[in-house]
Amino acid sequence: MRDVAVLSFAETPGGIRDADETEMLFEVIGAAIADSGLTRRQIGFTVSGSCDFVVGRPFSFVTALDAAGAWPPIAESHVEMDGAWALHEAWVHLQTGEVDAALIYAFGRSSLGPLRDVLTLQLDPYLVAPLRPDALAVARLQARALIDAGRAGEADFPGDDEPLAEDGAAAMVIAAGELAARGRAWIRGIDHRIEAQSLGARDLTRSPSTKQAAARAGAFARPVDHAELHTPFRHQGIILREALGLETAHTAAAPIMVAGLARVGHAARAILDGRAGRALAHATSGPCLQQNLVCVLEAA
Amino acid sequence: MRPVAIAGIGQTRHAAKREDVSMPGLVREAALRALEDAGLDWDDIDAVVLGKAPDTFEGVMMPELYLADALGAAGKPILRVHTAGSVGGSTAVVAAQLVRAGVHDRVLTVAFEKQSESEAMWALSPRYPFLPPLLAGAGGYFAPLVRAYMQRSGAPDDVGLRVAVKDRRHALRNPYAHLRLPDITVEQVRASPMLWDPIRYLETCPSSDGACAMVLAAEPRGAPAWIHGAATRSEPAIFAGRDAVDPRAGRDCAAEVYRQAGIADPARELDVAEIYVPFSWFEPMWLENLGLAPTGEGWRPVLDGATELGGALPVNPSGGVLSSNPIGASGMLRFAEAAMQVRGQAGEHQVDGARRAMGHAYGGASQFFAMWIVGSDRP
Repeated sequence: MRDVAVLSFAETPGGIRDADETEMLFEVIGAAIADSGLTRRQIGFTVSGSCDFVVGRPFSFVTALDAAGAWPPIAESHVEMDGAWALHEAWVHLQTGEVDAALIYAFGRSSLGPLRDVLTLQLDPYLVAPLRPDALAVARLQARALIDAGRAGEADFPGDDEPLAEDGAAAMVIAAGELAARGRAWIRGIDHRIEAQSLGARDLTRSPSTKQAAARAGAFARPVDHAELHTPFRHQGIILREALGLETAHTAAAPIMVAGLARVGHAARAILDGRAGRALAHATSGPCLQQNLVCVLEAA
Repeated sequence: MRPVAIAGIGQTRHAAKREDVSMPGLVREAALRALEDAGLDWDDIDAVVLGKAPDTFEGVMMPELYLADALGAAGKPILRVHTAGSVGGSTAVVAAQLVRAGVHDRVLTVAFEKQSESEAMWALSPRYPFLPPLLAGAGGYFAPLVRAYMQRSGAPDDVGLRVAVKDRRHALRNPYAHLRLPDITVEQVRASPMLWDPIRYLETCPSSDGACAMVLAAEPRGAPAWIHGAATRSEPAIFAGRDAVDPRAGRDCAAEVYRQAGIADPARELDVAEIYVPFSWFEPMWLENLGLAPTGEGWRPVLDGATELGGALPVNPSGGVLSSNPIGASGMLRFAEAAMQVRGQAGEHQVDGARRAMGHAYGGASQFFAMWIVGSDRP
């Protein structure tokens, strides 16, 4: 595999923003490209992650393209997923050797709607979603399973574990070959795996897809000294640390569609700042950690 | 970089309402046919790439999560692409990259839409700040572009009628096609209700339930089609001076796939083209945009019959989007039908001796393009 470096990462500050997607993206895309030391014309591929249902309208990625500088026309793609999966697509594109640098961006504005009800629409549309279990109810099934398995106590659940309403955007520039000459944070492995969704068919207290993705990304070859986990609900940190063999980790829940890409960005920053030599980043999607991505980064 | 083959192709029967299958049943119908065609089983597949248009069409948020089980993706990577109407094509391009890059050896790519689950007209009529509304579906957006093309080119006003008849006659040869209008005539199309002036009812694509699947592989069995070029290009929806009738992103994308495939004179070197034509006038418009006809003259080959089966460059022998339109899958159907042609497996709508074919898809405000060139020879 070709060595790929994370050259730069930018994100909006947390909280609710009085700005639309394109405005938020102007900030972070501009900052990420400036920090990368590359020009827009050196970026051969652009890919983004977002979800229409979060914003409550179709084609929400279309106006976001205005912030990407798509003129003259660009080679571009979009995944209806967290930006971490957009990063994976960009990494694959760089592996073909046809392009040497890529821009990845993601955005989500969960303040626009009731996220805990919106997420219900990810469930089986014929048999489960019509019963309207909200995201908190689904997450608590997992929390209850953890308590029943003796791996957590009632005290681990303070009861205010709502999915966070937060607006945000993030952007990253990655590169390979000569354009990565200044690279100091290198992607050593990246992989993602999914499980069947049915909540009744899974052991909700374990995350085999995280373990699988981590093994394929080479995470278990040597210990990491910095870990960033995407935990939409706090108790999921217990499950993920067990799957990854971690004692401690930094965690973040939001913004939706951005948090996963931001975990990779924070892991890269830990390396760029000299706080870590080897770091792991994790992203998740779907109810009860259904789909997981693991990225391992190293200095030089 | 290693060559990528289309080793297996499958599609569903397309219909206004496939009430005999659920969403998992629909995608599985196409996927199983693609696997069977490739001589492979679920265990042989390394990764799945799923594409579809807006989730609001079915009311399921990120349905790849729910469909992972039906697509045999548990324990594997699954990626979900969404690039508006071009998505069926861009999904195939993303899947091809996974094989080309050497990340995976065999990838199953699937695209679907089950429009009967909701009302796409509503989902296609969003109101954006500072932008003109789409006005009652996609036709409301595209009608002024068609009008502009008619004015610019001075094309006779029956060009669109002829495309509508040609594609429906082609569809009669395709056992999977949705619309079957055996007695359709130019006069019948002309007399059909005006929906979005100048686009009439019979010059418009249907709403379909359907899916398409392909297995892309590095080392295929049997006689595959090979990818000779694949690319995407995008440009913003609106800015001063933008030519939405003949968009530069479409021209750039075509130039890139011709470059990759080593094609200098596409009208001569291509044997057949499957082009995304949801409204009949887009056939002459895209012939020009793709460099398959001189600017301002895309309507001539239509009137000459050159784009009919048996003509110099048959366009949409499958019946095209005008005959089957499961939106998210419509682009992949163009890509798959192109591959079927060069594999010689297109049955009654086969173009004799086809060795090189184009698959084309577009979306958004005529701003997202995905294309590939496939051939019977290993590149």
